[in-house]
Amino acid sequence: MRLPPALPLLTILALLGPVAAGLWGTFSAGFGHFPVAGLNGPSLAPFQTLWAWPGLQTSVRLSLATGILATVVSLAITVLLLAGWTGTRPFRALLRMLSPLLSVPHAAAAFGLLFLIQPSGWLVRAVSPWLSGWDRPPDVLLVQDPLGLALMIGLVVKEVPFLLLISLAALGQIDSTGRMQVATALGYGRIRGWILGVFPALYARIRLPVYVVLAYSMSVVDVAVILGPNTPPSLSVQIVRWMAEPDLVQRTTASAAAILQLGLVVLALLLWRGAEQMIAITARRIAYSGARGQREAGLRVIGLSFGTLSVGAVLAGLAGLLVWSFAARWSFPDVLPDGLSLRNWQRNGPAAWQTLGTTFVIALAATLSGLVLTLGCLETEERHHWRLTEKGLWLLYLPLLIPQTAFLPGMQTLLLQIGVDRTLWAVVLAHMVFVLPYLRLSLEGPYKAWDARQGTIAAAMGASANRIFFRLRLPILLAPLLTAFAVGMAVSVGQYLPTLLVGGGRVQTLTTEAVALAAGGDRRAIGVYGLLQTAAALLPFMMAVFLPPLVWRNRKGLQHG
Amino acid sequence: MDDGLRLTDLRILRGAAPMLELDLHVPPAAIVSLMGPSGVGKSTLLAAITGQLSADFTLSGDIQLNGRHLRPLPAQLRRVGILYQDHLLFPHLSVGGNLAFGLSPEAPRKQRRARVEAALHDIGLDGYHDRDPETLSGGQKARVAMMRMLLSNPDLLLLDEPFSRLDKTLRDQMRQLVFAFARDRDLPVLLVTHDAEDAQAAGGPVIQLTQISR
Repeated sequence: MRLPPALPLLTILALLGPVAAGLWGTFSAGFGHFPVAGLNGPSLAPFQTLWAWPGLQTSVRLSLATGILATVVSLAITVLLLAGWTGTRPFRALLRMLSPLLSVPHAAAAFGLLFLIQPSGWLVRAVSPWLSGWDRPPDVLLVQDPLGLALMIGLVVKEVPFLLLISLAALGQIDSTGRMQVATALGYGRIRGWILGVFPALYARIRLPVYVVLAYSMSVVDVAVILGPNTPPSLSVQIVRWMAEPDLVQRTTASAAAILQLGLVVLALLLWRGAEQMIAITARRIAYSGARGQREAGLRVIGLSFGTLSVGAVLAGLAGLLVWSFAARWSFPDVLPDGLSLRNWQRNGPAAWQTLGTTFVIALAATLSGLVLTLGCLETEERHHWRLTEKGLWLLYLPLLIPQTAFLPGMQTLLLQIGVDRTLWAVVLAHMVFVLPYLRLSLEGPYKAWDARQGTIAAAMGASANRIFFRLRLPILLAPLLTAFAVGMAVSVGQYLPTLLVGGGRVQTLTTEAVALAAGGDRRAIGVYGLLQTAAALLPFMMAVFLPPLVWRNRKGLQHG
Repeated sequence: MDDGLRLTDLRILRGAAPMLELDLHVPPAAIVSLMGPSGVGKSTLLAAITGQLSADFTLSGDIQLNGRHLRPLPAQLRRVGILYQDHLLFPHLSVGGNLAFGLSPEAPRKQRRARVEAALHDIGLDGYHDRDPETLSGGQKARVAMMRMLLSNPDLLLLDEPFSRLDKTLRDQMRQLVFAFARDRDLPVLLVTHDAEDAQAAGGPVIQLTQISR
């Protein structure tokens, strides 16, 4: 049977349909056309309301500054770690933490960080009162600071593992070992040699993921709600606030702000692109100067320290969630609670358990249908001898590059008009937009890596293409399939904005519930929800690690990796 | 003291198993060829000299280059130049950029361009300064890689089968070029090869490495 090209078409529709429809909705509402609220545009009224909002300048500055700074810092830590430590023992130790760290949802990591660095957090407790003299939480803005530094740190600790993993995958394709051998033999220090000799080729391959980090960091909502400033918040958070107002007219203001947010991201990407070119020219000039950079022990130490700090912060944060979720009385300067109890779990358990169910249903539906589409695409493309081109790659990344706050408001206003918003299935569709690119990215390599001669042999023995696919290819791909499944589940579990906006408050997942708790500050409840959220994302990863060796325990050829 | 390369009681273990034992002196301007079956430890020996030995191996003995003890030095301070069979030119730099990357930093900024142009002239590539290395022929790439390494002013030249990827006529030309440049600079040369013709053309002593039996 020839697979109809329907599957690729369907995939593109699932991937870009919501984005296109959402942008259409955002643009029409932003320009004052919103029949549900009795508004028939076009008009510039939404933009006039937006310009009149006194917080606009600050919130725009916050979005730009935290987004760009978080990306620069994450990339710098990644570069220093890779340049200074590749192949060393501490580096390998860090690597083992990466995949689990990547699956920790942003919100859980942000809460963990909050529990560490807030005035009554672990760090202050650790030095109080013996060193600091504080016997009550100090009145300083350690989180939600007006500059957004806490928000930036919260982004960095999650983006470093992402950039590291992406880079490691790319480094194998550019002969980084050979390049380093040459640079070292010519007398270059580790870091200088790596940056001048390896990084230019690496960056060409991780450019799109870096853009994703930039766009994401500028428009993130959940981390900004937890760690970012409040008055005014960053632009994306303000968009969500306007979306939540009972007065439907405010959604046009939100849409106008969403258009502005999109413009800001485009502007930042253009600036970034310009900076790339300037840095490339400077780097070529430095390479021409021949300076060897042999004294760089300090830089190496800085790289490893920040890398370890960012990994340690997430781990310590998760430990904080754990302790808070079991804490009985825990008064201020004490480093540990007076006792442990199950009361928080008993109190929050039943509701959280139900939410866990919804979370799993959505994640399973989005991931499994995403897997069917992705495998369908890969197989169809192979049978037709199509290849994923540069353009195709951009299409794949598009939903990750366009800020969520730019098209999800429009998607909600559209769904509202046809009356199917706030349903579970609409949420699943919205999640699929973000799950699909990651499924494809994690399956692309393994799928193409299979030895085509095995298919030829099977075909020569009379096996049909479908039989080869189901009986040979899928079983052999068990391990990468499970990894992709785990990635998809983690992406879905971590989604905040699609659930919030498309679910309209009626569909609740662990992530929306946890973030909703942020305002109340009930740390014990946050601990319970944050931990469950992390567990829901980590569980599929454990399965992906432990299941294949069990299934293939008698098949040595399938036990690697 | 220009004494060349001296390996004294050099011993390499892979894990716990002895792999290679060697005493060797390569005086300035001499070319010593190392031959032997693959797996005998030729490339491992070169890695030990450049300082890029992987952690799977243990090294004992002494490596001296012009009287300097190399073992305590990190790889980038050893002044050991090496050529591999892959040219490993950096594709993001121009041909001239690749040479300047190698050119020792002691050459002041204003003279660098002229030094690079002169080096291009020496390898018959006048006017190639701004060319993309990908557009060069295999022989041209090999010459650029060699010149890049020489420009870094090494005290020793290691050749890891650098001619095996070239076709026969090019191989002869390239050998003569490399050996001539090395003699001009009084460099000790250690050549690792499978090819008896390489060793013959080198004209120096040939050392056969054999598997250490246990």
